[in-house]
Amino acid sequence: MHELSITQSIVDAVCEQAAGRPVRTVLVRVGILTAVVPDSLRFCFDLTTAGTVAEGAQLEIDQPPGTAHCRACEKDFALPDLVLLCPCGSADVAVTSGQELQIVSMRVG
Amino acid sequence: MCGTCGCHGGPGEGGGPGLAVPHAHPHDHDQVGESPSGAGETITLEQRVLGKNEELADRNRAWLARRSVVAVNLMSSPGAGKTTLLERTVRDLTGRDRPVAVIEGDQETALDAERIRRAGGSVVQVNTGAGCHLDAEMVEGALTALDPDTGSLVLVENVGNLVCPALFDLGERSRVVIISVTEGTDKPLKYPYMFAVADLVIINKVDLLPYVDFDPDQCVAYARSVNPGLRVLTLSATTGEGLDAWYEWLEGRA
Ligand SMILES: Nc1nc2c(ncn2[C@@H]2O[C@H](COP(=O)(O)OP(=O)(O)OP(=O)(O)O)[C@@H](O)[C@H]2O)c(=O)[nH]1
Ligand SMILES: [Mg+2]
Ligand SMILES: [Zn+2]
Ligand SMILES: [Zn+2]
Repeated sequence: MHELSITQSIVDAVCEQAAGRPVRTVLVRVGILTAVVPDSLRFCFDLTTAGTVAEGAQLEIDQPPGTAHCRACEKDFALPDLVLLCPCGSADVAVTSGQELQIVSMRVG
Repeated sequence: MCGTCGCHGGPGEGGGPGLAVPHAHPHDHDQVGESPSGAGETITLEQRVLGKNEELADRNRAWLARRSVVAVNLMSSPGAGKTTLLERTVRDLTGRDRPVAVIEGDQETALDAERIRRAGGSVVQVNTGAGCHLDAEMVEGALTALDPDTGSLVLVENVGNLVCPALFDLGERSRVVIISVTEGTDKPLKYPYMFAVADLVIINKVDLLPYVDFDPDQCVAYARSVNPGLRVLTLSATTGEGLDAWYEWLEGRA
């Protein structure tokens, strides 16, 4: 389960920045077009934070929707999955949101 | 890479998994979490979750470049035929222009490394234990142990899994996804992340086509729906059909 190594990366970064202060909340941004499942992330977060300064912290997950830009018709459109197809029929599209995998911020003290 | 949200370059050679630039930001980058309690101090991190792995992957890439070594990452579901293809490749390419070495990734056992060794290949086995993919740190250790000759080709067999390996850059030059005809035509739609980051798709076990209802053209169309520029090769690692095109492709990764 890759959510475990992803969570480990999050917790490592958070604990480093916390520098000993207790962590209350952690905000991450996980686009819907990533292969990362929020529920698994929450489950792993509780396991991974045990015994660290982030134990008991709340994990908030911001999930940007998938969007894309079509180079053929120059329109932006919603992308529910990774099938790169504009409603106009063109496959010449660029994903503009939904693939974020980021630690945004945290609250300590 | 987008400097604001950190999303990175499009699928393709050398790039990490990610998306094409430039792009708009419908999501709000300034919204920093208001904690329910309101107490304490908010620290903005705005960093990529897998940033550390990506740094290590870049380090591997630089290490490989200094030695003119080309690494190729082979990914597939369990049993698609990665090791069989590697055994054959090692046998056929050993003694030709460029040395070939292998890194084997499995959760447990050194069975696959044994197979490569019997085929005459220089090999290092990495066991990931509970981990379902290789990461850049594991590959760094394996490269050090393998100590490949200057100018060689390093073939990395990732852990059999069509999801997680797609997220972890190893510092490789190219990514290959192998799908076998017994797995079903719809796999590219069910595991789009993997196909989105691939440079090449190999359809393996074509010798079994008469016995299964696999539709290669439809499978390729599905794969290209998530990755339009994808190269595709069809072959049989056991009969050897189609292997010349594979060796030609490898030769092109100089
Ligand atoms: N008929 C046929 N069988 C194949 C072919 N390639 C591999 N196989 C068989 O498929 C089975 C699995 O092959 P492996 O090479 O071990 O697969 P793998 O992808 O390395 O598997 P893991 O390392 O466990 O993920 C073996 O029994 C192989 O003999 C092929 O082209 N045709
Ligand atoms: Mg294998
Ligand atoms: Zn996984
Ligand atoms: Zn369009």
